[in-house]
Amino acid sequence: MTYRIIGIVAFLILAPFLGGLLSGIDRKISARMQGRIGPSILQPFYDVQKLLSKQFIVVNFAQIFLVVSFLATIIFTGCMFFGGSDILLCFFLLSTGATFLIFAACITNSPYSNIGASRELFQMLCYEPAVLLACIGFYLATGSFNVSDIIQADLPAIIKTPGFFAAFVFILTIKLRKSPFDLSASHHPHQELVKGITTDMGAQTLALYEIAEWYEHVFLMGFVGLFFVWDNPLSYLLAVVAILATYFLEILIDNTSARVKWHTMFNLAWGVTILVAGVNLIILMVI
Amino acid sequence: MWMIPFLICFPLVVAVLMFVIRESKIRNIIAYLGAGTIMAVTGWFAFQWFGQGAPVLELYYHTHTIDMIMLGAVWLLMFVITYLSFKYKKHIISLLSIIPTLLITYMELFGPEMAEIAHIRVDKLSMLMCIIVGLIGSLIVIYSVGYMHGYHHLHTEYEDRRNYFFMLLFIFLGAMFGFVLSESLLWIDLFWEMTSVCSFLLIGYTRTKEAINNSFRALWMNLLGGAGVVVAIMYTGYNTGSLSFHNLITLGTEGSAAAVIPVALLAVAALTKAAQMPFSTWLMGAMVAPTPSSALLHSATMVKAGIYILFRLAPAMSGTQTGMLISFIGGFTFFAASVMAIAQTDAKKVLALSTVSNLGLMVACAGVGTAETIWAGVFLMMFHAISKSLLFQNVGATENSLHSRDIEAMHGLIFRLPRLGAFMFIGIAGMFLAPFGMLISKWSALKASVDMGNILLVLFIVYGSATTMFYWTKWMSKIISYTDTEIKVRDITKQDESLSLTVHAMLMILLCLLFPVLSGVYVEPLLTEMFGTATAVLPQGVLFLLIAIVCFIFVAPIMAFRYAHTTKVRQLKSYMNGINVGNNKEFIDSMGEKKHLFMSNYYFAHMIGQRKLMRPCIFVATAFLIVMLCLIIGGAL
Repeated sequence: MTYRIIGIVAFLILAPFLGGLLSGIDRKISARMQGRIGPSILQPFYDVQKLLSKQFIVVNFAQIFLVVSFLATIIFTGCMFFGGSDILLCFFLLSTGATFLIFAACITNSPYSNIGASRELFQMLCYEPAVLLACIGFYLATGSFNVSDIIQADLPAIIKTPGFFAAFVFILTIKLRKSPFDLSASHHPHQELVKGITTDMGAQTLALYEIAEWYEHVFLMGFVGLFFVWDNPLSYLLAVVAILATYFLEILIDNTSARVKWHTMFNLAWGVTILVAGVNLIILMVI
Repeated sequence: MWMIPFLICFPLVVAVLMFVIRESKIRNIIAYLGAGTIMAVTGWFAFQWFGQGAPVLELYYHTHTIDMIMLGAVWLLMFVITYLSFKYKKHIISLLSIIPTLLITYMELFGPEMAEIAHIRVDKLSMLMCIIVGLIGSLIVIYSVGYMHGYHHLHTEYEDRRNYFFMLLFIFLGAMFGFVLSESLLWIDLFWEMTSVCSFLLIGYTRTKEAINNSFRALWMNLLGGAGVVVAIMYTGYNTGSLSFHNLITLGTEGSAAAVIPVALLAVAALTKAAQMPFSTWLMGAMVAPTPSSALLHSATMVKAGIYILFRLAPAMSGTQTGMLISFIGGFTFFAASVMAIAQTDAKKVLALSTVSNLGLMVACAGVGTAETIWAGVFLMMFHAISKSLLFQNVGATENSLHSRDIEAMHGLIFRLPRLGAFMFIGIAGMFLAPFGMLISKWSALKASVDMGNILLVLFIVYGSATTMFYWTKWMSKIISYTDTEIKVRDITKQDESLSLTVHAMLMILLCLLFPVLSGVYVEPLLTEMFGTATAVLPQGVLFLLIAIVCFIFVAPIMAFRYAHTTKVRQLKSYMNGINVGNNKEFIDSMGEKKHLFMSNYYFAHMIGQRKLMRPCIFVATAFLIVMLCLIIGGAL
């Protein structure tokens, strides 16, 4: 019980810092890959601070309500996860959170944010099977959906679930809205303030959205790490290494690929899921 | 227990009154009273039965006279079908009714002496069905009084046959009560045929060419199922000497060879009623009927009859080839129908396909047949009954006000018709969002199908839940899309319609709040009764988590709402790349003129439309069905 509370409190307090840092590192490495110096690693924090100091502007009053609900749902999901609960329920709740975001985007009737919302929804369609299958992979490998049981397994889940892991990393690119699958975050020239789903968010709501993203990224990275954890304190180090490697891979993909059309994304996502995770599922369930 | 015959016969009496009274004011009052009485008696019945400690009741052992009356009723139905088949030149369909009727008559009059059995059996599953039929069914009747009035104002081209319509609604309710309470297979067969014929007549209500064609499609598919039931009955009768449904299931659960074929036939027959894949076109076609009949067919009656039979058969199907067949067909339908639903813009068609899809999940749960999946299935059934009924009625009311049921026309509905929009939102949320029942049922179904090693079903559920989310979210986001110059539409929803809608919405929220309680108090005992062993399906941890999620989902938005209302904000126009006109509905085009902005959702109709996918899906399902049936029957003979 104490571990659960420590996990929840640590997540609540540390996640925004870790998420912001990850985002800062992302921008730094991206810049270096593009031959730029790039902003300071703390830049995301400065950005959010700036956004928060601005005037409160909305297109529709319900936007604030929906974005706050989005943030709250993401935080609750993360608390569930780091509190050692059921991963399948975590992701169910996360998709409810994602629908709040979609509603926040389409409630304004702006064509840009509406297209962003439609595409975000389409991205959800693409990644949802792989996410659920990854949870099932954990269940097959360790006999439980609960994080608290999974981290006490004799062996890390990755040994039995490499396929699920591969599929999850693949769709993580979609989930993080990174190129080549950044459809929902880009309809307009790639600018910070005009991008797809967030087009119509005023400064304050955008700040809330950014913070929610930080929480979400920490949760997702926690899930990546979960594949590598077993009943050995040292395994957490391995998990951190795996998380950093995965995140670097995502940055690399982001910077080396061009955006694809939606049907390519769909075919790739569902195809990879069924081929890699599906085969792993069959192997685990039959043998 | 006078309530049992009352619940079966009283709707029939009211039906006769409905038909003879031509004065619509008086008829409406009697319809209200009738529906109210049914609801009250169902409530009293449930109350009394709970008061006695919810026992399993087996009643009516000596029923020779009633049996003969029932036989007469079967013949009456046969005459109705034959007459109408000949009238509309669909001669062959009448054979599907004549042959089974002759067979069943032969068996009853000249067949071997059957063991003495109870004809009525009340247990937790049938009581649950009674409550659903009594509550939702009666509310639909109340709703339709107002709706049909508006319907005939709007559609003057159709002959006003409301007396006939209400007669059918009440017969339907009576038949459903009979169906879920019967223990004798002969009685089940009669009520089965009654619901088939009622739905056939309801679908053909408008007498247009399309309606008639669709009604006959519904008829032959359901009669085919009915023929399957008759063969199952004869097989059981001649082989076991007893026509008790419960007895058959017990035999099946014990693995007796005599039960294999009847269980398989009954299960396949139930697929026709539950509109599963090779047979799902009849439910699509049923959309031509006025909305209350769709609501009735889709939520409380008809399709739930199929699900009810499958739940009953579940222990006998678990782990057998029949179970495999049923779970495959269910899983396949869940996925395929949800894909097709993405391509639909017609709200009623989306609802129809989503019904088929959701029923598929329930059927798959029944096919797996473990306590866990039945738990999931029962909750799916409850949530589905309420939310589908709510949504159908709501779409009907919206159509009356908006003169369209196209989802694209529902842009900003929550601002234009606030009440109907909000109800629609609740109904849709109930279908798939956390913390409503779909979610936890999916959790349980997934877990159980992994445990049972049913790989295909796991894949179907995983992919199907993604597509399900897609079409619902798409619809919801359309309802809330806001433009500042939206004109309010006059809400012409009648009081009785609103009453029914409000009760439904409240039931939906109550069910969501209370379902952890309901699970412990009612559904788990139901499983104990069914499987003989006590099972706690939800681990304690998950249960607490769920309660936390429920609280959170209700509290967080309220807090967020308060926050949103107390902060000082400035409202601006939405971003349009600098070519705004001054409102959110128009922009300046490249010729410098104002242009109206119109936004649409993704539908992909050319890729995954019904036209494109229905045939291949039916082909796959039919092939699988035939092969498996041959294997099962061949293996048992």
